[in-house]
Amino acid sequence: MSDLLSLSSITPRSWQGYAALVLLAVALLLWPLVDAAPGYGVGTAALIFFLLLLAIEADNFPPAIGLVLLFLGAHGAAWLLLAGINGNEGTARASFYLLLAAAWLLAWRCVTVLSALRPASRWAATALRLIIPAIFGAWILIIWEAVTRGAGIPFILLPPPSAIGVRIANSLPVLAADVRQTIFKAVIFGYIVGSGAGFIAAIAADRVPFLRRGLLPIGNMVSALPIIGVAPIMVMWFGFDWQSKAAVVIIMTFFPMLVNTVAGLAASGHMERDLMRTYASSYWQTLFKLRLPAAAPFIFNALKINSTLALIGAIVAEFFGTPVVGMGFRISTEVGRMNIDMVWAEIAVAALAGSVFYGVVALFERAVTFWHPSVRGG
Amino acid sequence: MTGQSPAVVSASKLGLTFQTSDGPVQALSNVDLTIGKGEFVSFIGPSGCGKTTLLRVIADLEKPTSGSISVNGITPEQARQSRAYGYVFQAAALYPWRTIERNVALPLEIMGLSKTEQAARIKRTLDLVNLSGFEQKYPWQLSGGMQQRASIARALAFDADLLLMDEPFGALDEIVRDHLNEQLLELWERTNKTICFVTHSIPEAVYLSTRIIVMSPRPGRVSDVIESTLPKKRPLDIRETPEFLAIAARVRDGLRAGHSYED
Repeated sequence: MSDLLSLSSITPRSWQGYAALVLLAVALLLWPLVDAAPGYGVGTAALIFFLLLLAIEADNFPPAIGLVLLFLGAHGAAWLLLAGINGNEGTARASFYLLLAAAWLLAWRCVTVLSALRPASRWAATALRLIIPAIFGAWILIIWEAVTRGAGIPFILLPPPSAIGVRIANSLPVLAADVRQTIFKAVIFGYIVGSGAGFIAAIAADRVPFLRRGLLPIGNMVSALPIIGVAPIMVMWFGFDWQSKAAVVIIMTFFPMLVNTVAGLAASGHMERDLMRTYASSYWQTLFKLRLPAAAPFIFNALKINSTLALIGAIVAEFFGTPVVGMGFRISTEVGRMNIDMVWAEIAVAALAGSVFYGVVALFERAVTFWHPSVRGG
Repeated sequence: MTGQSPAVVSASKLGLTFQTSDGPVQALSNVDLTIGKGEFVSFIGPSGCGKTTLLRVIADLEKPTSGSISVNGITPEQARQSRAYGYVFQAAALYPWRTIERNVALPLEIMGLSKTEQAARIKRTLDLVNLSGFEQKYPWQLSGGMQQRASIARALAFDADLLLMDEPFGALDEIVRDHLNEQLLELWERTNKTICFVTHSIPEAVYLSTRIIVMSPRPGRVSDVIESTLPKKRPLDIRETPEFLAIAARVRDGLRAGHSYED
């Protein structure tokens, strides 16, 4: 150990610090970290301990320096642990996991400290709002990586995230072609047409009473159709290319939009509608000036639900016949070839695309329904 | 009422029965009423006496089931279609996605006025209710009193000769209410509009009105009509004068009489 930080002088201030200290001590007793010939060098191991002790001690430094020490200590130690296990897969001993747990606890402490910050500037507040979930997400990957490599979990069962990352980096053209086929053709087209049709159907049902009684039950029935039954039929009707997938997406997105818009059109208050009546306002004036703005929160709910439904629909539909490109096609064929890392790469891309899609819709929502109590906060 | 000018509202034997799941409810029965141009008429009574329903019948928001009523000499529906009245509800009912300015512009947009005409009317009416400088605010950024003033501005922007107000200040505190009452009187004097005003506050009714219509419930009907002898110019402290208190006492007696047979 370093002279600067002998064990006796370490005084943690948080329960995570105490727990980490105990884990460190037990890890030292259960030495070494791995059951392999070269294992971790003495210098690396000492550095891991040093970084973790520094992070445990962080609360005794001035707050800003302490936060940096906490962050660097926890993540530096995790990085060294992960770097060392590479090449020693499946040989990790208890002390490896204990050190990982200690680093995780300190990262937890780091997030706790960050969450308690009340930054003065908007810019810092935004940065903080991004950093906290980023640390959270990073630790899911760190633990995933450490456990899959440390325990030597078979590649087929669960590849480590680093291998998935490498696969993504090496397959960018294939992934890009799949995204173009599935998302930019089937999903976007189906989403716009399906949501648009649901919206227009809702207006029609509102205007014409007999449609309201007839259309809603049929829409309900359509939404209950099982997608794996509908998809092959759509492939037979519209061919192997993206059009059949878009048709599946249209069927899936139509009903949520229909139901939400119908509910939204009924959302304006009696007094607001009476007001329009005293102005001798026409049906369309009342619709555009009162009922549609009042329905906007409902419509955006449907758009958000549909953004994820559309992606699921298009990917599943590609299992039932497709040209040799597309995310669903890739997943189904690479599973057959045991290229599980490629399947995970597609899953990662789909998750990313879905999040971006959802995020864009949510941003639009904030801009359009700025007036709604749920957005303006009170 | 006043022989020379034609009646703005004229009702005879007016009745309205709501069909509810508990059976028919007689909200109005046998109401005879004439309101002349430039009058300030208050409707006062306990809840359930049909005062709001009567105002809604005048506004063609409810259809009477018996008797007859005319507004400006035509049916209420024709009057509504020709935008003969402005209506102020119990709550401000401003649209939260529109700024104060755009809220006041709402009826003007529906009437299809030109942008310049709209801008002129918005400016004039917001000045009238002392809301200049708040044009770009959203309703939820203003206090309850300011919101209600904005809704009055919206009804005034309409520029109809008849103003129907349904407990417009009911949800506001005493001080704001006094202030708005004063402003309303001033506005009525300046514009010479006919105002029908629903309230359940005796001082408010006596302070504002040229005529007070006392109503009583089950079935909703007119139980007394009181002509005010107060001058047109009314400072707030007129409410301390014996004349004011005498009228208030009469209104209270009228309200009590309407209740006596059941309590």
